[in-house]
Amino acid sequence: MDEKVIIAKRIALELKNGDLVNLGIGIPTMVANYLSEDQAVVFQSENGIIGLGPLCEDEEEIVNAGAMGASRVPGGSFFDSATSFAIIRGGHVDVTVLGALEVDAEGSLASWIIPGKKVPGMGGAMDLVVGAKKVIIAMTHTAKGMPKILKKCSLPLTAYHQVNMIVTEMAVIEVKEDGLHLLEINPEYTIDQVIESTEAPLIIENVIPMKGMEV
Amino acid sequence: MRGFIQEEQIIPFLKDGLTLMVGGFLANGSPEELISIVIESNVKDLTIVCNDGGFVVKGCGRVIALGRVKKLIASHIGTNPEVGRLMNEGSLEVELVPQGTLAERIRAHGAGLGGILTPTGLKTVVDKGKQIITLNGIEYLLEEPIKADIALLGGAIGDEFGNLRYRGTMRNFNPIMAMAADLTIAEVSKVEKELDPEMVITPHPLVDYILVGGHHHG
Repeated sequence: MDEKVIIAKRIALELKNGDLVNLGIGIPTMVANYLSEDQAVVFQSENGIIGLGPLCEDEEEIVNAGAMGASRVPGGSFFDSATSFAIIRGGHVDVTVLGALEVDAEGSLASWIIPGKKVPGMGGAMDLVVGAKKVIIAMTHTAKGMPKILKKCSLPLTAYHQVNMIVTEMAVIEVKEDGLHLLEINPEYTIDQVIESTEAPLIIENVIPMKGMEV
Repeated sequence: MRGFIQEEQIIPFLKDGLTLMVGGFLANGSPEELISIVIESNVKDLTIVCNDGGFVVKGCGRVIALGRVKKLIASHIGTNPEVGRLMNEGSLEVELVPQGTLAERIRAHGAGLGGILTPTGLKTVVDKGKQIITLNGIEYLLEEPIKADIALLGGAIGDEFGNLRYRGTMRNFNPIMAMAADLTIAEVSKVEKELDPEMVITPHPLVDYILVGGHHHG
């Protein structure tokens, strides 16, 4: 299975019936493809919609946060950006799934700038991670072989101490007050391989095989 | 509303050095014809407040790509390579603001507030040089209002009174910018006799002029 698919499928299992969910661009967007029929999740998008539906190529009036034409599901509604971020910052979004360049042992993340190289800006990410009840990071475990889960982020932060869960192609990690707990590992890897690919210390108690791996 | 307006009546409002708010989210709901008029007016040294840097061929990014903007206040600039280039070259100043903070700072000016307290951006570069205020044991960042000389709104449908509603996700920053500028000009795709009052998002006294779209392209 493609590593992005592994990550998206596993995160889909975290979403509960009735959750209001905001998905970031990239792997997070793919999570919507792996929901089961009994997971009636409502998608919010920061550009001003609750009830975001599948992509719709010719649509111009409705777009997702990546400016791609999209549909609205029945019951959905539109609102302005101040209301959209009141919903986000005010704690009304149950889960946000975002990508990151780095996450650290304190649950801080860096995702919006590589100084001197790439400066896309933070967009809505800083508000989303501060406001959403649960913050799940969807990312590959390493970048060009280098760990992305660090003792301390080296890049400018998106937010301090806001991440709840990290899902990679190798493992599921929960961020708690005492550090990073390794909960699940992809059976294709050993615990030692996960430890080697992670700079931050991992608390290892009961590790189970990664859910959602069955094809 | 003072009235419906044509391009030649808009040009005299546009001057070098003005601060313009431009509605839209990655050009969805951006006033493309008003942006074309800004370009045709040849004004320069503008400050633009917009969610993002748009694209080289769409949204406020068209004005930026022509080198007419000295400062951009936005949450995201990744879709317009010209923004990054001009910024690195030193000819464009960019103030990156978290999107929710940007919306609320604009709203604050329009709502007569002296600022807002937000947890967003704490312990990041966003909090540099800003006052941190602790209320009931929780830290917040004090963010100041943003105002403009002119707000240019898009994505709207108007009525003969100047009331506006918006199409789909084109609403985004438009209604909050309508209240945060000295002069507000809306570009509408259609004018109805009277909008259902329950559907009006921007009431007519908040709109100064309306340009009926359909004359300019790209």
